Amino acid sequence: MKKIYMDYAATTPTHPEVIDAMKPYFSDKFGNPSSIHSFGREAKKAIDEARDNIAGFIGARSDEIIFTSGGTEADNFALEGIAYANEKKGNHIVSTPIEHHAVTNCLGFLKRRGFDITYVPVDGTGSVDPEDIRKAITDKTILVSVMHANNEIGTIEPIAEVGKICREKGVYFHTDAVQTFGHMPIDVRKLNIDLLSASAHKLYGPKGVGMIYIRKGIKIVPYLHGGEQEAGKRASTENVPGIVGFAKAVEIAKGEMGQLDAKLSGLRDKLMKGILSRIEDSRLNGHPTKRLSNNVNVSISYIEGESMLLRLDMEGIAGSTGSACSSGSLEPSHVLLAIGLGHEMAHSSLRLTLGGWTTEEEVDQVLEVLPKVVNKLREMSPLKR
Amino acid sequence: MPGGYSDKVMEHFAHPRNVGVIEDPSGVGKVGNPICGDIMELFIKVENNIITDAKFRTFGCGAAIATSSMVTEMVKGKTIEEALQLSNKAVAEALDGLPPVKMHCSVLAEDALKSAIDDYLKKTTGKGLPGFKPHEEHD
Repeated sequence: MKKIYMDYAATTPTHPEVIDAMKPYFSDKFGNPSSIHSFGREAKKAIDEARDNIAGFIGARSDEIIFTSGGTEADNFALEGIAYANEKKGNHIVSTPIEHHAVTNCLGFLKRRGFDITYVPVDGTGSVDPEDIRKAITDKTILVSVMHANNEIGTIEPIAEVGKICREKGVYFHTDAVQTFGHMPIDVRKLNIDLLSASAHKLYGPKGVGMIYIRKGIKIVPYLHGGEQEAGKRASTENVPGIVGFAKAVEIAKGEMGQLDAKLSGLRDKLMKGILSRIEDSRLNGHPTKRLSNNVNVSISYIEGESMLLRLDMEGIAGSTGSACSSGSLEPSHVLLAIGLGHEMAHSSLRLTLGGWTTEEEVDQVLEVLPKVVNKLREMSPLKR
Repeated sequence: MPGGYSDKVMEHFAHPRNVGVIEDPSGVGKVGNPICGDIMELFIKVENNIITDAKFRTFGCGAAIATSSMVTEMVKGKTIEEALQLSNKAVAEALDGLPPVKMHCSVLAEDALKSAIDDYLKKTTGKGLPGFKPHEEHD
């Protein structure tokens, strides 16, 4: 059985060209970028070029890019770094209830240490109203953190408007762009972004590497203390192969982004409409149009998400769910609850995310298999009347 | 998803036994709630104090469905007294174990069975199962 992968929002396969670009940096070009000799200089040159390319991709300066171990570290760096560097100015941070756990759990940590956090609610599509952000900002606010697009329901947030408001108010603006970086054009200057998080493995790069853009002049506390790597902001010997692979993934994305976006949104719409029309008592989660081109998230009444995933997996189809039963916690997805879904519908969610290797045949196959899986589970359900 | 489902759990999940309802059951138990994501409905048919048939309907994860399936298999042919001795651990063991975060599913299965027996006893003797209280409130 040919397997169908529809969980690209969780992670993507590493592009073969990325792997080829990385290989020499494990063996021949293994030097430590901090070393003075030719081995070191060779590695240093590679990360400098990678930094230039990634900076150029989002309209930033090279010295504004700091490589990290991934998206979580970038988010934690942004929030903790700004909080502790600007405590004297204020202790208030504004965010939304649908951020990734790398943001919400870090904000929880800061709250326990005396910071005051305001979560501006989102509407039923998961969109935040920029005017609500404006109203939440006080003279104690030091940072606003709003994700570019939501990883579960795919809703794209109005970050241009939020960025403009933050700049007017003199408050730093951080955006978690893990789901959009390499998938949508981003210009940090035009969008008034002060800090941005990204991760390589969401755009066909390797796992274990990401980056944070920190606008020049921003007051921020270093994240890792040690050597002078990354301008003293993030000590530790650089992940040279990872960084090279990240830059290669960005280079590929730059060339293919527009085309891929068009292909995926077509497949997404086919999948979305197909599910909603073939399965009664199903609903779309997230915004109908302002959503990631690869994201489908539905709730299918009367059945539970993990059961759906297991049955789909038995048919060779890989997806994801916001049901608590899949995470080991008792609460279902905080995102689905925040957009107003009841617990039952949150437990009944299914996320299918497409990517570069997704084909129309795969979409057709899922549309063929999913209704059968749903019927089978509904036959067992005490909720179905 | 929590990995580590045994082959037996997966086998019962893929081919659950005794799915459905019993028309005119001797007892019905319904436990769990949509908030925690598990609801089990268990039907028993009792003749001469022996459980002759058992069926279930479950909204829940793989473990919830597998434990429902297993508990219906295990109680068939047992007397009420024997069925009451069936613990959640025994159900989990019969499935070659459950991941720790899924043990509550076996508790739910035991509750569903006790609740069905409670219902049967109320109908036949006017008094329910002494001291029986399900672990979770239900609608």
